[in-house]
Amino acid sequence: MTALPTSTNKKLGLVIDLDVCVGCHACVVNCKEWNTGGYGAPLSDEDPYGGNPTGAWLNRIHTFEVTPEDAPASIVHFPKSCLHCDDAPCVTVCPTGASYKRSEDGIVLVDEDKCIGCGLCAWSCPYGAREMDPVEQVMKKCTLCVDRIYNENLEEIDRTPACVRTCPANARHFGDFADPNSDVSIMTRERGGIDLMPEMGTNPVNKYLPPRPKVRPDQAPALTAPVVKAEGGLLGWVDKMLEAL
Amino acid sequence: MHPAVSVIFFTVMSGAGFGLMAMLGLGLPLPAEPVFAFMICVVAAGLAVAGLISSTFHLGHPERAWRAFSQWRSSWLSREGVLSVVTLLVFALYGANWVFNGERHLVLGLVLAALALLTIFATAMIYAQLKTVPSWNTWLTPLCYVAFGLASGLLLATAFTTGNKEALGKVTAGLIILAWCAKYMWWKRADNVGFSDTNSDVGTATGLGTIGSVKLLERPHTGENYLTKEMIHQIGRKHAQKLRMISKVLGGLVPAIIAALVWITGAPTILLVLAFLSMVAGLFAERWLFFAEAKHAVSLYY
Repeated sequence: MTALPTSTNKKLGLVIDLDVCVGCHACVVNCKEWNTGGYGAPLSDEDPYGGNPTGAWLNRIHTFEVTPEDAPASIVHFPKSCLHCDDAPCVTVCPTGASYKRSEDGIVLVDEDKCIGCGLCAWSCPYGAREMDPVEQVMKKCTLCVDRIYNENLEEIDRTPACVRTCPANARHFGDFADPNSDVSIMTRERGGIDLMPEMGTNPVNKYLPPRPKVRPDQAPALTAPVVKAEGGLLGWVDKMLEAL
Repeated sequence: MHPAVSVIFFTVMSGAGFGLMAMLGLGLPLPAEPVFAFMICVVAAGLAVAGLISSTFHLGHPERAWRAFSQWRSSWLSREGVLSVVTLLVFALYGANWVFNGERHLVLGLVLAALALLTIFATAMIYAQLKTVPSWNTWLTPLCYVAFGLASGLLLATAFTTGNKEALGKVTAGLIILAWCAKYMWWKRADNVGFSDTNSDVGTATGLGTIGSVKLLERPHTGENYLTKEMIHQIGRKHAQKLRMISKVLGGLVPAIIAALVWITGAPTILLVLAFLSMVAGLFAERWLFFAEAKHAVSLYY
C-alpha cells in the first residue's frame, strides 16, 4: 500500500554531524559493500574498471565550500542518504505499492519484486536518495540496513547501519527519534539539528548537525605566550648567562 | 529532466487519441457508414493504445506493468493507468454500438468524453504533482495537456466531418489558439520560476545557508550517475529557443492557418489531416522541451 502510515511507533533514522565528518567516504564504501550482498538485488556497477564507471550507490558524500560574510571560507563534507521522511513523496507516487513506509519503525523500503522501474519515486525525491540499479532495473535506496539492525546473528555492537558502524570519526549516529531521551534526540536538541529543504514538506526523519562556529585565524588566541624571563633554577641561570653574552 | 522518447510519444499520441474519443463522444457530426465509424474508432483507439504501449518501453520491468493499476488511491500514475483502461472499455462499447447499430448513444458519449478528459488530466498530474520540478508544479500543466489533447483530437475529427465546415473550422482554429495561449503562460511562468516557488537553493538543500554562501567544491564521484543523467539533463537546453519556434510554427501556426482556410475558403476538410500531422510534429518538439528544460531540485546538490 502506498498510503503513508498516519504515525509510526518508532522513528528510526540517522543524525549526521557536519562538524565531525572528514569526508573519507568510508561510509559510502561500507554501505555499498554491505548492501550489494544484503537486502534485495546486488548494487551493480557498469564499466567499473573502465574509463567511465557508473553505478548505484545508496550513500554519497558531496563537498561544499561555505563562505560567511565576515570570515574565510570553510569546507563542509556532506554525506547524503535517504532521510526516511515522515511525509515521503516517493511512497505516495508509487503506482504499484512497491514503495512503502513501515508503520512499526518508519523505515522507507522498496519491495523490489513489485517495482516496475518507472523512476517516478526518484523524480519525486528532492534529495536524490533513490537510484535505479543499472542492471536489475529496479529502484534502490537506503534500507537503514534493515538486515543488520534487527539481526540477532550479529554482535550487538554491529546492529547499526553499516555507515554508522564504519565511520571512523563518529559523524553518523543511529537511533529512535520518537524517544525524546535517545542519543539522537538529545544530540538534535542540543546542537540545533536541522532538516534539509524543509520547504519541500517532506518532514525528513534524519537530522543534520550544522558545523560549530569556527574560530577566525586573526582572532584566535596565541598558542603560547612568549617566554620573557625564566626565574631561578638551572633555566634561570642559563637565561642569565646567555643574556650576558 | 531526461526527455525519454517513449514518454514524449506517449503523452502526445495518447493525448490526441483520448482527445479524439472525447470529440466522438460529444457527437461531432461524422459520416454514418459503418466502415467509416469502424475506421475512425480504430484510429482513436490506435493512437491511445500506441501511446500507452510506448509508455511501458521506459519501464525497467514492463512485464510487471499490470501492478500499476493497484495504487489509484494515492498515485496519479496509477490513476492514469486505471482511467485509460476504463475509458478504452467505454469507448469499445460506444464504438461497437456505433458500428453495429449505427447509433451514437448520447449519455454513453458524454460519459466517454468526461473519462477521456480525466485521463489526459491524470497524465498531466503525474508531472504537475512534483514539487521537486517547479516548472511543472502548476495548474497550467494539466491545462496545457488537456487543451493540446482536445485541440489535436478535434483537428483530426473535423477532417472527416459532415457538419458545418465554417463553424467547426472556427472552433478548431480557436481551440488551437487557446491551447497555445495556455502554453505561452506556462512558458512565461517556467522561465521565471527557477526554484523560487519553494525558495529552495543550495543553502536550504544543505542547511548551510544560514552560515554563509554555499558552493559545491567536489561532486561525490568523478563520473556521471543515475541522478545526473536522469534529472540534470543539459543537451536539450542548448537549442531551446529554436525548438520553441519550431513547436509554435508546426504545432500552432500551420494547423491554425489550415483550419482558418477551411472555414474561410471552404476548402475540403480532409486538408485538416495535414494540419493534424503538423500539429503532432510541433507537439513532439513542445513535449521534448517540457522535459529537457525542466530543472529538478536535486541539481542543487550537483
